[in-house]
Amino acid sequence: MLYIKCPYCGLRSQNEFAYGGDGTVKRPALNKEISDVEWNNFVYNRKSPRGKHIELWHHISGCRQWIKVQRDTVTHEIFKTVEADKDI
Amino acid sequence: MSQIYRLNNIGLINRDKKISFKFNGKKYFGYEGDTLASALLANGVHLVGRSFKYHRPRGFFGAGVDEPYAIVQMVRNNETEPNVRATEQELFEGLEAKSVNCWPSVNFDIGAINNFFNKFLPAGFYYKTFMWPKSFWYRIYEPFIRKAAGFGVASTKYDSERYEHKYEYCDLLIAGSGPAGLAGAYAAAKNGARIILAEEKPRFGGSLLTSNVNIGNQSGKDWADKIIAELREMPNVTVKNRAQVFGYYDHNMLVMSEKVSDHLPKTKKYIPKQRLWYVRAKEVLISSGSIERPIVFGNNDTPGVVLASAAKEYLKIYGVLVGKKPIIFTNNDSAYETAIEFKNNGIEPIILDTRSNPKSEIVDEAKNLGINIKFSHVVVAANGYKKVNSAQIAQISANKKDLGIIEKINCDCICVSGFWTPSIHLSSQSGNKTKFDDKIDAFVPGKSKQNETTIGSANGIFNLEETINTSFEKGYELSKKITNKDNKVSIPQVSEKNYTSHDKFWCVPLPDKKHYKRFLDFQNDVTVSDIELALREGYRSIEHVKRYTTLGMATDQGKTSNLNGLQLVSDVENKIVPSVGHTTFRPPYTPVSIGAIVGREVGKHSKPTRKSPMHSWHKKNNAVFVDAGIWLRPRYYKKGNEGLFEASKREAENVRKNVGVCDVTTLGKIDIKGPDSAEFLNRVYTNAWLKLPVGKARYGVMLREDGIVMDDGTTTRISENHYHMTTTTAQAANVLSHLEYYLQLVWPELNVNVVSTTEQWAGAAIAGPKSRTLLQKLFPDKDLSNEGLPFMGYTEANLFGIPARIFRISFSGELAYELNVESDFGNFMWEKIIEVGNEFNIQPYGTEALSTLRIEMGHVAGTELDGRTIPYDNGLDGLISKKKDFIGKRSLNREAFNSNERQKVVGVVPLDKKTSIPEGSHLVKEANAKLPNPKLGHISASCWSVEYNNPFSLAILKDGKNMIGKKLYALSPLKNKSIPVEIVSSHYVDPKGERVRS
Ligand SMILES: [Zn+2]
Repeated sequence: MLYIKCPYCGLRSQNEFAYGGDGTVKRPALNKEISDVEWNNFVYNRKSPRGKHIELWHHISGCRQWIKVQRDTVTHEIFKTVEADKDI
Repeated sequence: MSQIYRLNNIGLINRDKKISFKFNGKKYFGYEGDTLASALLANGVHLVGRSFKYHRPRGFFGAGVDEPYAIVQMVRNNETEPNVRATEQELFEGLEAKSVNCWPSVNFDIGAINNFFNKFLPAGFYYKTFMWPKSFWYRIYEPFIRKAAGFGVASTKYDSERYEHKYEYCDLLIAGSGPAGLAGAYAAAKNGARIILAEEKPRFGGSLLTSNVNIGNQSGKDWADKIIAELREMPNVTVKNRAQVFGYYDHNMLVMSEKVSDHLPKTKKYIPKQRLWYVRAKEVLISSGSIERPIVFGNNDTPGVVLASAAKEYLKIYGVLVGKKPIIFTNNDSAYETAIEFKNNGIEPIILDTRSNPKSEIVDEAKNLGINIKFSHVVVAANGYKKVNSAQIAQISANKKDLGIIEKINCDCICVSGFWTPSIHLSSQSGNKTKFDDKIDAFVPGKSKQNETTIGSANGIFNLEETINTSFEKGYELSKKITNKDNKVSIPQVSEKNYTSHDKFWCVPLPDKKHYKRFLDFQNDVTVSDIELALREGYRSIEHVKRYTTLGMATDQGKTSNLNGLQLVSDVENKIVPSVGHTTFRPPYTPVSIGAIVGREVGKHSKPTRKSPMHSWHKKNNAVFVDAGIWLRPRYYKKGNEGLFEASKREAENVRKNVGVCDVTTLGKIDIKGPDSAEFLNRVYTNAWLKLPVGKARYGVMLREDGIVMDDGTTTRISENHYHMTTTTAQAANVLSHLEYYLQLVWPELNVNVVSTTEQWAGAAIAGPKSRTLLQKLFPDKDLSNEGLPFMGYTEANLFGIPARIFRISFSGELAYELNVESDFGNFMWEKIIEVGNEFNIQPYGTEALSTLRIEMGHVAGTELDGRTIPYDNGLDGLISKKKDFIGKRSLNREAFNSNERQKVVGVVPLDKKTSIPEGSHLVKEANAKLPNPKLGHISASCWSVEYNNPFSLAILKDGKNMIGKKLYALSPLKNKSIPVEIVSSHYVDPKGERVRS
C-alpha cells in the first residue's frame, strides 16, 4: 500500500485516496472550437509511461482535495506531491 | 503409547504438564511446550502423510516454517483447518489432527500406486496428458486431479472464529528474534526508537536456543532471555511472538500475521484467533535467519531423513530424539553440533562428511569425543519404505563424480546438512535485487530498495561475533537517524567455536544401474530427473522450468528446494548459478489464513450499512428491506400474507388513488454555495441555469466528458448564492467527486464550495392526488395552492415547531411534494405525516412501488442511465442547451451518437397483457431465428402497471423512435421465456404530465 503525502494532511495510506488518472491532461476551454482529434485526445487518449508519471489522487477519506503526485510506475517511488493548482 | 524417544533431562518443555492429543484417531501424550511434530516424534511416529504426486510416505523434515512434509488437517473447537504445519502447531489439550493426501489411510494409500507407475507422471504430466478430448476435462480429468491433489480439505462451514486487523506505525520493525534481531532491537530501543520486534516462533532467541555459544559471559539462551525481558519493560518497544512478518509491500508497509489463539484449545471471548498487522515502518531490520538446505541423494524423502538442524532443535528444545542410531550426513561444520548433542545424550552417531580433511575446533571436538567420522563419504540412498532402516553409503572421489564400493549400514535416521540458505524473501519482496555469494553458494540481499537492512545469517553472515557486532551497529545507526539520539550501548563479548569452510557439494551421483528417486522439492514431488527432462524438452528460463515441473510452487515455496534446483539447472546447462538467476520471491513467506486476510469484514461488516432516521419506524411497520448501495431501504411494507407483488401493487395503487409517503433520505444531497454557483451549475448540467429564480427547483442532467449521462436530479435555489442539489442514491459519491474535480482542477477561478449533506437531511416524498390537502394540514399557515407553491416551487415552513423545507417535485408522476427536515427530526416528521395522513388513507410505500410508479410514467432511472446511454437515448435531448457549452457537450457530435438508428427508451407491453417480461430480456424480430439472433434492444425495467392492470416494461431499443406500434419478441434464455410484445410510448401514464402540475 502506497504512502502518499497529501499537501494538506501529511502522509496517509493509499486506502484514503482514489486514483484520478493522468495529471497533465488539460480540459479544452469552454466554447472553444476544436478538432475531433483534439477532443478525442482529451477524452480518451492517455500515455502509459514506464517510469515517472504525474497523476491525480483524490483524498476522498480525508480533506477531499484533489492533489498531483509524481510517481514512478515501476517502483512506485513518489517523488513529489503538490496541491491541484500547482505544477510539479 | 509411551514417549520412548523423549529424554528426561534436556529441553525447554514443561514436563509437569502432560497433554493428550489425537493424531489420525489415535491418542498420544506430549508436554506443554511441544509442537505437534515434536510430540509425535517423542512417540516414535514418523509417518505423517503421503506425498503430493506419488503418494510416497512422508515424515518430518524440518522443525519450523521450512517444513515441506508434515502438513496436517487440524480440528480445533469443532472447526477444521487445512495446510497446518505440524512443526509449527503448538500442542494443546485435546488437539486433533489428521494426515492429508492419503486415501483410505496413511498406512495403506491407494494413490501410492502412482509411485510404481511413475513413468506416467513425469514433469509436465498434467500438461501432456489432460489435453484432449475437451469433454473429458470436467467429467474425468478434473475430478480425478482434485481428488488426488491438494494439501487438505477446506471447511465448507462458516468460520465462526474472529480475526482482527491492526494498523501500526513504528520507527523500526525487526523481523526475527535470533542473535541479529535481538542485538539490533536492543541497540535501537536503547536509543529511543519506537520498535516492534516480531518472532515467528513461540520462543524468542532463534538459533541461540540450540547453539552452544556464549554472549557476555552467559549462554546464548540466557542472554536472549535477558534482552527480551528488558525490552518488554520498555515503553517504546512492542515484542510479539507467534508473529510472522510475511510480506514486504510498497513504501515500507509490512504485513505480519500474529497467531493469537492457535496454540490454545479454544479462542477466548473478546480475543481474536489471529491478528493481521499492517505495519508502516520508517526502517526495517530483516533478521529472518537462514534455512538449512539438504544434500540430494537416493530416496532422500524417506521418513527419518531430516535436516541436521531440525534434529538438534528436537533434541535441545523438546528433548526428543529423531532416532537412536543416527547418521549425520554433511558437507559442513554445523552438523557436527548435532552429532555432539547426540553423543552428549548417550547416542552414538556416525558422521559422513563429504570433505576429505576439514580442520576446525568443532571437528576436533567431535574427534575427541570419539565420534565415528567417515570423511569423503556420502549417503548414496536411504533404505526403508515407511521409515529409514539403513543406508547405502560409499566413499566419493575427490572430483565428487565417482563412488567407491557401496556398503550398507544400519541406522534409523539420516540427519542431513548441505549448508545454509539465507532467508532473503523479505528483502527480495522489498524490491532488492539479490546477488550470488560464491562463498556460501547462495543468494544474499543486494542493494536495499526500500528502507530495509538485512542482518545476520539472512545477510549471509554465519559468524556470531560479526553478526552481533554489525547488528548492534545497525540498530544504533538506524535509530540515530530517526530519533537523533546518541545512546550507544556496549557490545557484549562473544565466544563460539571457529568454523571452517563447507564443501560445494549438493547432489550425490547415482551409482551404476540404479534409478533411485532423488527429490529436490519434497512437497511437490519434483525429482532430479524431472528437471533434467524439462531441460531436455527445451525449457530454459528458470521461471518456465519452475512452472513446468512445479519446483518450488508448493505451500513451502521451495524453502528447502530452490537452491538445489538452481544448482541442477546450472550444472546441466553448464552455467554458473547467478546467470541462471532465481525465481521471484512473492508474499506471503508462509501461508496465511484466508480468515486473517478478510478480518472483521465479513457478512454485514463487509461494508457499512446506512439507515435512515426513520428506520426503526419502518421496521416496526413490517418493512421488508432491500440493499440500495450501502443503504437499507424499505422495499415494501408487508400486510398479512402479502408478498412483494401484492404489497407493492397495493402501495402504488394507493399513491395513484389517495396519497403515499416514501422515505427518500437516501437521495444524495449536495450543498452548493458561492457567488459563481449559477455559472458552475450551468457548466455541469446540460440545460440552462443562469436564470433560475430563488425559490425554484429545476430538473437537470449531467454528462461525463464522453457524452454519456452521468446522473440526474433536481437542484433548488435556496437563496441568491445557495443551491441544494440532489443526486441519485447510487451516484451521490461520484457526483461529489466530479464537482470537486472541476472546481479544484479545471475551473479554480469559480468561487463555489460544495459539501455533501446527504446525512444531514431526512426526506419524505408525499405523492398522490390528496397530497396537497394533507400538506395543508401539516402546514396550516402556508399558502400551498397551485399558485402559492406551483410545480417545481420551493418554500420553507414550520412543521409543528420544526423548520422544514418543502419542494414541489415528483418522481411518481403524481401531484407530489418532498419534505426535508434535519435528520434528528426525521422520525418526528414521518410520524406526523402518517398521523395527519390517516384520514386521507395514507400508506407508506417502498422502493418497489416507487419503481412501478416511475416506470409506467416513463421516468428514466439507473437502469436506463446505465453508463452507456446519452441524453437522446433517454428522451432527455430536450434538456440540451444549444446556446451554451457544458461538460460532455462536444462529445455529442460523435457519429455513433447521431446515427439514424440510434437506440431510444420505449415502452413494452406483452400482447397477452398477462406475462411479465423479465428484466434483461433481449428484444428480437423473430423468436426462432438462427443463433446468434440479432438483438435490437433489451428490457431495462419491468413493473405491473397499476394504472392499466397489466405488465409494462421500459426498454432501450435500436431505432426506438420509429418502432412505436411494432411487434417484437422479448427473449429471456435465462428464464426460458419468449414473449410476443408490442412497442409503445415510454410515457404509458399521463403522457402530457398534467397530474404533476394539477
Ligand atoms: Zn488531504
